[in-house]
Amino acid sequence: MKPTFSKGGRLGFLHSTFDAFETFLFVPNTVTKKGSHIRDVNDLKRTMIVVIIALIPALLFGMYNVGYQHFAAVADPVSQAMWLKCWWYGFVRMLPMIIVSYVVGLGIEFAVAQKRGEEVNEGFLVTGLLVPMIMPIDIPLWILALAVAFAVVFGKEVFGGTGMNVFNPALLARAFVFFAYTPKISGEHVWVRGVTKGGEYVDGFSGATPLGYITDSVSSGAATLDFGGTTPMDWFWGFIPGSIGEVSTFCILIGAVILIWTGVASWRTMVSVFAGGLVMGLIFNLVGGNAYMEMPAYYHWLLGGFAFGAVFMATDPVTSSQTNVGKVITGLIIGMLAVLIRVVNPGYPEGMMLSILFVNALSPLVDYYVVQANVRRRNKRLKTAKQ
Amino acid sequence: MSKGVEEKEPMFSLKNMKLLWGPLNRNNPVIVQILGICSALAVTAKLKPAFVMAVSVTVVTAFSNLIMSCLRKGIPNRIRIIVQLVVIATLVILVDQVLKAYVYDVSKQLSVFVGLIITNCIIMGRVEAFALGNKPWPSFLDGIGNGLGYGLILIVVAIVRELFGSGTLWGYQIIPQWLYEQGYVNNSLMLLPPMALIIVGVIIWIHRSKNRDLIEK
Repeated sequence: MKPTFSKGGRLGFLHSTFDAFETFLFVPNTVTKKGSHIRDVNDLKRTMIVVIIALIPALLFGMYNVGYQHFAAVADPVSQAMWLKCWWYGFVRMLPMIIVSYVVGLGIEFAVAQKRGEEVNEGFLVTGLLVPMIMPIDIPLWILALAVAFAVVFGKEVFGGTGMNVFNPALLARAFVFFAYTPKISGEHVWVRGVTKGGEYVDGFSGATPLGYITDSVSSGAATLDFGGTTPMDWFWGFIPGSIGEVSTFCILIGAVILIWTGVASWRTMVSVFAGGLVMGLIFNLVGGNAYMEMPAYYHWLLGGFAFGAVFMATDPVTSSQTNVGKVITGLIIGMLAVLIRVVNPGYPEGMMLSILFVNALSPLVDYYVVQANVRRRNKRLKTAKQ
Repeated sequence: MSKGVEEKEPMFSLKNMKLLWGPLNRNNPVIVQILGICSALAVTAKLKPAFVMAVSVTVVTAFSNLIMSCLRKGIPNRIRIIVQLVVIATLVILVDQVLKAYVYDVSKQLSVFVGLIITNCIIMGRVEAFALGNKPWPSFLDGIGNGLGYGLILIVVAIVRELFGSGTLWGYQIIPQWLYEQGYVNNSLMLLPPMALIIVGVIIWIHRSKNRDLIEK
């Protein structure tokens, strides 16, 4: 079958596509012959699969929560108690989003690789799953497709494909929707399935996220914060409206353990992002001013996409800092900026996306100075040794 | 500037036509020389202001080139920038007054950007690089050509941005109402300047892939 797809074969123009499926299904038998290389079982595919596995707890819980919130919204406590029904409801709603994301993204990747005569890269495997997980469940599919196309073309292919991108493509997709179709990704009607079209909220139920509630109560000048009837325990386990993957801090922590244990993602980045958020929260506690600033600092870890961003977005090996010191510095900046945006700017209830994208652009600069500092230090040592 | 034998050139010789049409494609001020980007981002959210801006810049470039070319032998080299500024500023004020008199609403939308035509790199660049060393007629054509080249990009960007950002063109609704009822939504990112930058980037991308020799190493 292979010769058909080799160069000059009958279907030779499809050789990139064939190669992608072949190496995906079988272990390739080609090895590097020139130069010195480190041989390791971990190739890009293995790495990506580990990230996918780490995402699964958050994904499964996210599906369950979609159903859970939906039945809460239409006041159906019987169905709400049946966890399998909730999960199935979420699964059915979520599946088209995942399919659209993969079809559009992989379609573009395959087309580009085919045109340039390159191998198809595995980079999209994770992005394709991340994108639906950071969108509201009610996002129209055509907007999702457009966002994925935008992110893959302008976030990745323009810079030269996987490994060359400056910005995290999944976050770029979300930023695109955020600025282009703001009403579809903010407010209180998009986070719960089945209430924008036809369905009605029961009295006393609002689909706003806890962060949305907080922003509202701050801008109305209330003395105490309104969390919409949710408690920090709910935020930790994830029984709140929100983007599909981000709700449960617990499930994200399971993913974090998998990532750190396998060594796929950097624990330095994760720890410093959480530390940065805490430090900024404590600074606000000291300054005081309004109820949001005086909120316990660790709340920020549990709310919104903070944990998801810290574990799955900030640790992206391509866009994050490459040096260890740089990882700590950029991590701290991400955490601090995210909390700063949340608290100070009422226009953006969630600051995680913007802060990670901003720091993505910053990290080559940080790396440069870290490397330069090292060069200076070693030059100095050389000089003292000579004397 | 030797006063030797000057060849009489026909008014629309091949060389002069090249001055006029070159900037529209291979020598475009925006996408090849990368000049005048800021106003290309600022005024292209709607087609009408972009068109008015394109016309204004063309007029200013053409006449500042013409005037400076006429004056070029009488100006001491050391003060030429000041003289250029006076000429360009006068023209910009004239354009501004005309716009206020005849298309007041557009002039209000363009607001400060009409005044800022004076800082448009294209005008100063063409006066410095071309008009000071060439005769009035070629300079005039060069000015028109560069103004049109700038305007062409402005209008293309504005068409894309207005069509997808507001669903209209020149203020008339293009995207049919039933599409909105099906759930289509305007892309508000198109109304923000970053998208203009991306569109200009895409235009450069297409243009370079058609003219491979222009690709920078």
